[in-house]
Amino acid sequence: MNLGKDQLRELYRLMVAVRQLDRSAVSWQRQGLIPGYAPELGQEAAQVGSGYVVDTTRDFVFPTYREMGVARAMGVDMVEYMSTHKATWHGGLYNPAETRLAPIQAVVAGSVLHAVGWAHGARLNGPADDGTYPVAMTYFGDGASSQGDIHEAMNFAAVMKAPVVFFVQNNGWAISVPTERQVAGGSVAARAAGYGMESVQVDGDDVVAVVEATSRAFAHAREGNGPVLVEAMTYRRGPHSTSDDPGRYRTLDEERNDAGEDPVERFRRQLEADGVADAAFFAEALEAAKAEEEQVRAGVEALGSRPGTEMFDYVFQESTPALDEQARQWREESEHV
Amino acid sequence: MYKDNQEGTTMEMEPAGAAVNVVEMSMQQALNRALMETLERDPKTLVFGEDVGRLGGVFRITDGLQAKFGSDRVFDTPLAESGILGMSVGLAMAGWHSIPEVQFDGFAYPAINQIVCQIGRMNYRSRGIMPMPITLRVPSFGGIRAPEHHGESLEALFAHVPGLKVVSPSTPHEAYHQLKYAASRPDPVIFMEPKSRYWQKGEVDLDNAGERTGSAVVREGKHATLVAWGAMVSRCLQVAELAAEDGIELEVLDLRWLKPIDAEGLAASVSKTRRAVVVHEAPRTSGLGAEVAAIINERCFRTLRAPVERVTGFDVPYPSGDLEDEYIPNIDRILFGIQRVLEYRRG
Ligand SMILES: Cc1ncc(C[n+]2csc(CCOP(=O)(O)OP(=O)(O)O)c2C)c(N)n1
Ligand SMILES: [Mg+2]
Repeated sequence: MNLGKDQLRELYRLMVAVRQLDRSAVSWQRQGLIPGYAPELGQEAAQVGSGYVVDTTRDFVFPTYREMGVARAMGVDMVEYMSTHKATWHGGLYNPAETRLAPIQAVVAGSVLHAVGWAHGARLNGPADDGTYPVAMTYFGDGASSQGDIHEAMNFAAVMKAPVVFFVQNNGWAISVPTERQVAGGSVAARAAGYGMESVQVDGDDVVAVVEATSRAFAHAREGNGPVLVEAMTYRRGPHSTSDDPGRYRTLDEERNDAGEDPVERFRRQLEADGVADAAFFAEALEAAKAEEEQVRAGVEALGSRPGTEMFDYVFQESTPALDEQARQWREESEHV
Repeated sequence: MYKDNQEGTTMEMEPAGAAVNVVEMSMQQALNRALMETLERDPKTLVFGEDVGRLGGVFRITDGLQAKFGSDRVFDTPLAESGILGMSVGLAMAGWHSIPEVQFDGFAYPAINQIVCQIGRMNYRSRGIMPMPITLRVPSFGGIRAPEHHGESLEALFAHVPGLKVVSPSTPHEAYHQLKYAASRPDPVIFMEPKSRYWQKGEVDLDNAGERTGSAVVREGKHATLVAWGAMVSRCLQVAELAAEDGIELEVLDLRWLKPIDAEGLAASVSKTRRAVVVHEAPRTSGLGAEVAAIINERCFRTLRAPVERVTGFDVPYPSGDLEDEYIPNIDRILFGIQRVLEYRRG
């Protein structure tokens, strides 16, 4: 993908919007508006850059619990996305079929095999007229790469030549455990060779590099050549979640050293140096991000609880007598109807 | 083997009549102390899991253990529950007693194959030659407005598996003594910690463990027995307090061991009150309440005045925070259950 000026500017706007929202969500938690949040601070380039490549008319994406930036880049409604953090509905309220973003996944490595299944299904459905396939992209972390399901997913995908992009955000940490305690040698991408799969390690804080690497991976998978693993090297600048206390396992000095340059600031410098954007553009992008943040905050504030009956409504497509009876009793005892 | 007769546990070595040694602490502190003392007592014990080392666990139950005992005996594993439990099996075969942690209830599922097919069976498979002294700590149950899979109640699942024992403490005192006890046994024990109670303080009698097996009557009454475990015990005590204002005297039985269930203790209480309500957070269908009700039927059929009532979670996935108070048995729903057993009249 050769990025033009407008695309570069769009990427910047997205990164600033994501940064703004992410910061904001942390303060919502501090203010008691939401019970918890998993910040993606520092991963804007990796998330926006990869999410930007998705063709939402045909591809499908499987996130973890930290992919707000991906969701935003794909155009998912941010109030519906944030609803998971407001404890409204676990999977989020957005429509996964329409947005092409699977429900938020709390199980580490939980949805990686789903991407393989989805991609295999897409392959069985046959190629489009131009001979290409839709692609499933699945996200996981350095920590998740230790799970047995990851082995199964990579092996299945490679053996079945499923059009999957495994997008690993190696952000240096799995809660308190550093990457070298998950992956001897430090590279998840290096494992791909053992599965007979293409892989690439990319500077995950360079949004253009991420877009390019992800685009190549998509092209490879689209043409029916099988899966690709992209490992974006980045850094989790914030706590694991709003209930985490990183001071217990890393010092501020270590953070400063290991984090490298801030990806948003780095992109801003680059755009300026290349004459793609100027101070007026940056100021305007920030204003737009702030306006969006306010709008999302208002939406999150206004978001009411779901009615308790919904506990029972979505267990099955075809409910059971026992469940109906429990719902009836719940209404009688809790809602007094 | 199972009877509470093993020598060498510190609590039993305290001389009778020693100065009362009662300390006020939270359940988190009580569990932490129990682990400290266990690691001290038995050099063949190990504590490991995700983030249990430097961080001290996401709930700080293992706080300070690595600093004190080193990273051979207290260590972070890669992020893989099947790995954690599978490794415990091999460690047991090599003579180690593992006290692994899975970070949250819902993350025991990736390990279920090792727990069911290996941990529960190796003693049997090896004709008793290879016991599985594994104490699996699982922060359990709901009530903390957490993300998905952080509020589940797996006791019925574990209790159904041959070869596993299951216990759940309700107070700091119980937590301290039960964990030390479980970690001194030769069989695998699933230790379900009520995470919503971690920060509640209570008195721990460090010297006097009391009976470590079986159930405990934690409030005496005569009109009905409330049977509960884990976090539901304190809720049932609250209910009993409220009911007492209306002259209803409820007995509260802390079941403690969910496998084996103390059938005699259960029968003794229900034979006296002649009515029972079992309360649990887990879904109703095939929940442990069904087992409790069956035991009561077997033992108290003649004396029962009403069918055993179950006040439980629903047959739904544990809901998001906004709805969890609707899901977990609340005071009203427990009172309705009590009302049903008190008002029951034979056809
Ligand atoms: C199966 C499972 N085990 C444990 C957890 C608890 N947990 C949540 S996130 C996390 C660390 C994940 O690290 P990584 O995969 O690197 O992703 P990151 O959080 O850095 O984005 C852990 C242990 C979980 N959610 N699921
Ligand atoms: Mg990570």
